[in-house]
Amino acid sequence: MDDYLKLPETFEEFSEARKNGFIRVKKIKEEGGLIAGVFCTYTPLEILDAAGLTAVGLCGMSNETIPAAESELPKNLCPLIKSSYGFALSDKCPYTYFSDIIIGETTCDGKKKMYELLGEIKDTYIIQLPQGQDRAYSAELWTKELRRLIRTLEEKFGVEITDEKLRSAVCLRNDERKAKTELMELSRLQPPPLRGLDLYKVLEGSGFVFDIAASAEAMQSTKRKALEKYEAGDRPVSKNAKRILVTGCPIGGVLEKTVGTIESSGGVVVCFENCGGVKATRELADAEADDIVQEISRRYLNIGCAIMTPNQNRVNLIRSLVDEYHIDGVVEILLQACHPYTVEAHTIRRLSSEIGMPYLGIETDYSNTDTGQLSTRIEAFMEML
Amino acid sequence: MYYIGIDVGSACSKYAVIDEQNEVLYRNVIPTGWSSSSAAEAVRQDLLLRGYNPEHNPCVATGYGRNSVEFADKAVTEITCHCLGASHLFGDGASTVIDIGGQDTKIINISGGIVQDFLMNDKCSAGTGRFVEIMAKILELDPMSLCALAESGTEVTISSMCTVFAESEVIGLIGRGVKKADIAFGIVDSVASKVASQCGRIKRSTRYYLTGGLCECRYLMKVLGDKLGVCIVSNPEGRYAGALGAALSAKKLEKGGRTDG
Repeated sequence: MDDYLKLPETFEEFSEARKNGFIRVKKIKEEGGLIAGVFCTYTPLEILDAAGLTAVGLCGMSNETIPAAESELPKNLCPLIKSSYGFALSDKCPYTYFSDIIIGETTCDGKKKMYELLGEIKDTYIIQLPQGQDRAYSAELWTKELRRLIRTLEEKFGVEITDEKLRSAVCLRNDERKAKTELMELSRLQPPPLRGLDLYKVLEGSGFVFDIAASAEAMQSTKRKALEKYEAGDRPVSKNAKRILVTGCPIGGVLEKTVGTIESSGGVVVCFENCGGVKATRELADAEADDIVQEISRRYLNIGCAIMTPNQNRVNLIRSLVDEYHIDGVVEILLQACHPYTVEAHTIRRLSSEIGMPYLGIETDYSNTDTGQLSTRIEAFMEML
Repeated sequence: MYYIGIDVGSACSKYAVIDEQNEVLYRNVIPTGWSSSSAAEAVRQDLLLRGYNPEHNPCVATGYGRNSVEFADKAVTEITCHCLGASHLFGDGASTVIDIGGQDTKIINISGGIVQDFLMNDKCSAGTGRFVEIMAKILELDPMSLCALAESGTEVTISSMCTVFAESEVIGLIGRGVKKADIAFGIVDSVASKVASQCGRIKRSTRYYLTGGLCECRYLMKVLGDKLGVCIVSNPEGRYAGALGAALSAKKLEKGGRTDG
């Protein structure tokens, strides 16, 4: 079992982290620790950290539990929502099983209504997230919501969430975000030292390490090693590979058939704008701010997800990333029935054409029924670049 | 030296042989059947029979079965091939190529022989050749005669977007004694509407070309053209646009080690 408790050092180990994390979570529970299941980039992790809760991502990434979910949820719903709910319903996810509390936000309609149902299975707390950033009172509302979350956690778990604890949590999370950003920024090199698939697995795996400082360190060492190899002439990616920016919905459940296909068709994903990538890590919070809760609130509210309207932050971010990462083409990955992203896709398509970027939108779900069509689309896009 | 292009589609396999001057030396179409590798083998046998050896000459495969053509030197997607084929057939100015294929309908904006942008239908057979084929079968017609018959029909609307539901809808119409020509009219109108709405999602151009198996259905082209407010051009060779494009892209292959067989 000790092997499973080791920190990942290589890409392969990071991709195993999710699986091995089960053992770590079990150990945390056995030692009297508390687990908070989370779904979203908007979840204010520092508050959970300061409450002594270990945050673990519960986003469903498998088709396996969708039939179970469809006994209660409509078929024509986002696969991530169905898969996540199916895991809770069928007790197939140890992370959901071990969660002492689940934190949800009022993000998209599908998720917020699913959380209501989830609340009947597991203790679920839903934070009210404003749907835009441009009103001053949105920030105020969100800050109030975070203070309410703090009080709730304090009462429920008999802990005290002090400003000091929040400030040190901010420092730790900042370190982790910086480590992730530095790792991602390696891909600005031409050619990049990492394949996108490997990079994504490291980012995803880091969420299942559960020791924030150690996760940051492991990512720094992954970065160092990748750079050393690169400088020694080890180039896993051809310099002719087309450099792709991936944007859109969360992609954990469709990684192989999207990113995998891009990278086997002459492309390389050098930047993930999605919530598993740049979007979640770019902005830091100021640990020295006068009102630390307000500062945490500010940092999270600025995230440019399609559930916000207007969502200028996403447009601005894509604009800068295209330059920073020397992008050749934009691929937007849309999960079926995700209204915020499938509608906003039109804006992103238009933006791409404005900045002279070829754009490919692919709508998909967690099944394998469209693998052939997706590869035709992706290969044709690569041939076009 | 000659160049071979093989387009293994979901319904038919088309293939073409061209020479250095891009003159078509031979072209043919066979049904794909249930197995794309068997179809590829049948194509190989026919080519050999005609004196064209695909193993000793540059050969590119395209279409949904492109990876089943083991003797091809390269697989290129049908998007790129239809672009090359259509540019060759119709000229390479800025235009939109509409390929109504067996299982996919592709809208491809091209300019100078290069793909500028493209769209494909989602995983659904509405607005594809398969839709026409299934509906034709119910009416005991082939797709070509369905299109021809539709011209004398009127007024019927098939509202189901789903092929399976549309099938029940057509059976319902037959049961109510609606004339075959009117049902055919509704079917062609449904395909044209679906394809036109797909075209609306990509930048408009001034010239539209139809490729794929329905390129000889003049009435479909007329209805589609009316819906788009443009004139749609095609010719009987449009069916071979993919195969022709594959043969043209075979010319770009590095010829190292290959000798004329």
